[in-house]
Amino acid sequence: MAGKHVNPTRMELTRLKKKRVTAIRGHKLLKDKRDELMRQYLDLVRENMTLRKRVEAGIRSADRNFVIAKAGMSEAALNTALMAPKQEVELEVGQKNVMSVDIPIFGYSTRTADENDIYSYGFAFTSSDLDGAVKSLADILPDMIRLAECEKACQLMAAEIEKTRRRVNALEHVIIPETEENIKYITMKLDENERSTQIRLMKVKDMMLEEAHHYSEKQ
Amino acid sequence: MYKIAVMGDYDSIYGFATLGLAVCPVRTREEAREKLYELAEGEYGIIYITEAAAAQVGPEIEAYRDRTVPAIIQIPGVSGNTGAGVEGVRRTVEQAVGSDILFGGVSE
Repeated sequence: MAGKHVNPTRMELTRLKKKRVTAIRGHKLLKDKRDELMRQYLDLVRENMTLRKRVEAGIRSADRNFVIAKAGMSEAALNTALMAPKQEVELEVGQKNVMSVDIPIFGYSTRTADENDIYSYGFAFTSSDLDGAVKSLADILPDMIRLAECEKACQLMAAEIEKTRRRVNALEHVIIPETEENIKYITMKLDENERSTQIRLMKVKDMMLEEAHHYSEKQ
Repeated sequence: MYKIAVMGDYDSIYGFATLGLAVCPVRTREEAREKLYELAEGEYGIIYITEAAAAQVGPEIEAYRDRTVPAIIQIPGVSGNTGAGVEGVRRTVEQAVGSDILFGGVSE
């Protein structure tokens, strides 16, 4: 009974039975939700990991290229070359609802139509290493955006899974057993009351008959 | 319409400017914290932050974890990969599953 006092009445019993039905149904639904979330999450997180490894490797090699480019020209020249970016990326953010989790969908568009229009400098005064460095960075941009989408979705879904799992456990191990215990307690109590009323009536009947007919004196 | 920002030390991020991403060089912890707040509350959908800078503003990043936008993503800086990004992925697995069953112990 978990130490809580319940009124052993028929009304309470009906209420608890309804509560049990709702709890069991809720438990089933939440369990399904958790399983489906988990299934999708596992696919997503695997993709997340592969993307992350790829992006990290890409950035590492791009950084290496930039260091080489920097070595080949003066810092001032490099800063001038990169000072005024030609390209601009605009991000469109959509939302997708996966099992009641809102995950973002990122789409992007570049300002100029040609995605390769990334060199913000004339080629005369810069080293060719810089072109390579810029290109290598541009190549991983789509992966980086996909990584952002994936990783955010994973974080949101992980939080939701944790929440759902707690709810499932609370229902399964606390609410449902407690309700059943209470239902059992009330049923017993009501039965007990009924029996005691029965006995009382029988006793009263005996006494009334005794009074009317005086059986014990006749024996 | 959202934009993309990159935060971190200047040497790690200046290349991203050519792609049309907003670069925000930060040096100190306070600077990083203010900048992150400014970007996240502004019109930025994705904020890439170098692992070194992210390590300084952990609690602030945590605060934006539950929001759909912005996505704050850690990237390795020029000084090397600290593994914090991979660690973050592993942490979400732990949160969701209870223990790391996918990438357990396989770190490069």
